[in-house]
Amino acid sequence: MVRKLSRRVYLTVMLIFLYAPILTLVVLSFNASKSRAKWGGFTLKWYKQLFSNEETLNALYTTLLIAFLSALIAVILGTLASIAMNSMKKKPRALLMAITNIPMLNADIVTGISLMLLFIFVNVVFRTRIRLGFTTVLLAHITFNIPYVILSVMPKLRQINKNTYEAALDLGASPIYAFYKVILPEIFPGILSGFLLAFTMSLDDFTITYFTTGPGIETLSTQIYTEVRKGIQPEIYALSTLMFAAVLLLLVFVNRKSAVKEKE
Amino acid sequence: MNNKKRFFAVPYVVWMTAFIIIPLLIVVYYGLTNVDGKFTMENILAMFTPINMKALVYSLLLSFISTVICLLLAYPLAMILRNADLKSSSFIIFIFILPMWMNFLLRTISWQTLLENNGVLNTILSALHLPKQHIINTPYAIVLGMVYNFLPFMVLPIYNTLVKIDDNVINAARDLGANSYQTFSKITWPLSLPGVISGITMVFVPSLTTFVISDLLGGGKVHLIGNVIEQEFKFKYDWNMGSGLSLVLMVFVLISMAFVTKYDKDMEGTNVW
Amino acid sequence: MKRLLSLVMISSLLVLSLAGCGQSYDLYVFNWGQYIDKSIIKEFEEETGYKVLYDEFEENEDMYAKIKSGAAIYDVICPSDYMVEQMIQEGLLQKLNYDNIPNAKNIGAQYFEQAKAYDPGNEYSIPNYWGTVGIIYNKNMVNEPIDSWSAIFDEKYKGNILMINSIRDGLGIALKYLGYSLNSQNEKEIKEATDLLKKQKALVQGYFVDQIRDKMIGNEAAIAVNYSGEAKMMIDENPDLAYVVPKEGSNIWSDNWVITSNAVNVEAAEAWINFLCRPDIALKNFEEIGYSTPNEAAHALIEDEETRNNEIYFPGEEITKRCESFSYLGVEGNKMYQKAWTEVKAY
Repeated sequence: MVRKLSRRVYLTVMLIFLYAPILTLVVLSFNASKSRAKWGGFTLKWYKQLFSNEETLNALYTTLLIAFLSALIAVILGTLASIAMNSMKKKPRALLMAITNIPMLNADIVTGISLMLLFIFVNVVFRTRIRLGFTTVLLAHITFNIPYVILSVMPKLRQINKNTYEAALDLGASPIYAFYKVILPEIFPGILSGFLLAFTMSLDDFTITYFTTGPGIETLSTQIYTEVRKGIQPEIYALSTLMFAAVLLLLVFVNRKSAVKEKE
Repeated sequence: MNNKKRFFAVPYVVWMTAFIIIPLLIVVYYGLTNVDGKFTMENILAMFTPINMKALVYSLLLSFISTVICLLLAYPLAMILRNADLKSSSFIIFIFILPMWMNFLLRTISWQTLLENNGVLNTILSALHLPKQHIINTPYAIVLGMVYNFLPFMVLPIYNTLVKIDDNVINAARDLGANSYQTFSKITWPLSLPGVISGITMVFVPSLTTFVISDLLGGGKVHLIGNVIEQEFKFKYDWNMGSGLSLVLMVFVLISMAFVTKYDKDMEGTNVW
Repeated sequence: MKRLLSLVMISSLLVLSLAGCGQSYDLYVFNWGQYIDKSIIKEFEEETGYKVLYDEFEENEDMYAKIKSGAAIYDVICPSDYMVEQMIQEGLLQKLNYDNIPNAKNIGAQYFEQAKAYDPGNEYSIPNYWGTVGIIYNKNMVNEPIDSWSAIFDEKYKGNILMINSIRDGLGIALKYLGYSLNSQNEKEIKEATDLLKKQKALVQGYFVDQIRDKMIGNEAAIAVNYSGEAKMMIDENPDLAYVVPKEGSNIWSDNWVITSNAVNVEAAEAWINFLCRPDIALKNFEEIGYSTPNEAAHALIEDEETRNNEIYFPGEEITKRCESFSYLGVEGNKMYQKAWTEVKAY
């Protein structure tokens, strides 16, 4: 009994620790005072102002677009690579896996710097005038997202019984048809979770974006970083609260649905 | 067919060469040359000047402390989660991923509001007639920020390996007369080791190299190795020096990588989802 | 399934190509954080038809790193005095064509005269704002009159001091307090200043630039070092605050519009500078931002007499006399200062 109670208490304390800052931000989004340090009464004005704040909406749009595109392209490249690696011999596979691990384990700051140097290096060597910006950030995000996809898809691929695929071929299915009918449905959960993970990672990234972005392209992260120094606009709190609430609702909904399914 | 399948890896290999391998080679190139493009070891040796050495040692210390705290907090948590009779384990995982949807910088800044001299924590403390705590702009605040931000990366890999342990194995040990301490040290701990190792790297490396957390919670007073490198690139415009220091930093990353591949062959522990 | 997949592919390609070509601008502006009334940018776009990309920097040094490295290409930027000098010497700026900037005549002659210290002949730069560096303090938390830099080195205020996180300002203050020039290149003097700042570190709550405002308004500290324009804004929000330029002297600075040598659209850049020198626009800017304007015509338009003669906005000769402006230190001097400042920050 004591054991159960202490477990409960521990879990609660950890949850408070994890969610106290988030609660604070939610509260700040309703704070009438512009200063973080003062409570000036309840207001909804930041939510109203958010929708006319072009800068923030632009940053949101850029962030979501980069997250979506980078996750999508990473899923395509990563899934193809996983299929290929799965059919490889041990040695080349190990080599490719090691390369996959580099961006996962390397320090963000080094990854960011190396990509920035690459883009500038290209400018110097090929005498181009590529401005750092949307494209460079997108390329960087795809790069660090691919490993997450591979790590989500690989385990699913390994579970597949090779004979099913061979059987489909024997029964006259074309390789492509067999792929869609046999392999894809099996690995689809892996692809989906790879996509979601990549999307989340892209959304939450600051360091790599900070080094690869240029004039005029702000994601929410880089915009917040500049605002930290000059005072954060409360609209950002409002936006984050909305995003958080949306994801929370979505997760609760999905969870309910799968719980119902399990019961059935 | 398998021969054909292998070509699926071509775009991936091209991509990783262009955006991982070549950029790292460029870092090596800049790190080993001076402004005129001549070979030099100066940028590498710069790590051993007193100022940089101090920053490095300090970063190692703070990230070590954070990693230990994360491990101590996360392991019991993962055990509790594993043993809890959960209808859907995914929900628990979502609880740890969910905070990521609140931007990383905002989550960290929010600790400023909580820890400030006139902040939430101190308001609560003084209401309880307890002494005020000066945490903000000290190394304690930075460790707290690291633990807070990287804790999920410790919990999830450990949880993932713990869930895979078959209940029957544990029950068998019990039936054979092992007490709970023996069961833990002989069965649970060794089996969860891959998760622990990848958790440790996933906390240690970002803590070691962060410049944002020290920036936001340290008030510019604490200079970590991440800050040194960031300054070289963003303020001093000394890419050779910055690259040289990054190279030294990568040695630590490589050591961690070696650990992970030794204990966790398939990198399954790092799969946090 | 197949159809679905191809649909996703095609739509994503479409989005990608749209995103790729959607954004193009006529003018790239790089300015200090919170240094313009944002509505002015819109007005400029409407009036001239140029589409503006407006970006902000925090310190001269990070702006310089971006421009010099080629990581960013901007047309028009707003560096401080000593940075203008450095950029001229390194060939990063181009000469202005005053025929295309007729409104430059509104800038007071004495400001152009002062500018000759870093831009001989006024060929490259036009003053945008100017001001002093001083101490801002909370009258409720400080019980003595403050008139000296000694306050920020005083044990009494341990943990209640916010220091400025800027290499030239930080070292400059220490040099001035010790009675030296803030452009000193004497190794012994700089060493002394460095040691002083190292000792001060134990007293300091943190090193900030723009964050000082929020913290002082929120009563988080008793004393801070900051710029005159910021001080006025803080006092307007929190009347318990006061600003003083210490008796040992301080820095008098000016920020100036310049056009980069690799500017893509010089015409638009000139139109931008000209627009901001217009009296009504300069006045609007001054009223929103609170930094002193060198625009005499705009100064004359200020209706509120108290503001027009305010000591913080427009310090009299008695104050400016004891102030000194920064000059470019040269490559070796810069290295010396960087080393000193890193030593302080890493101490």
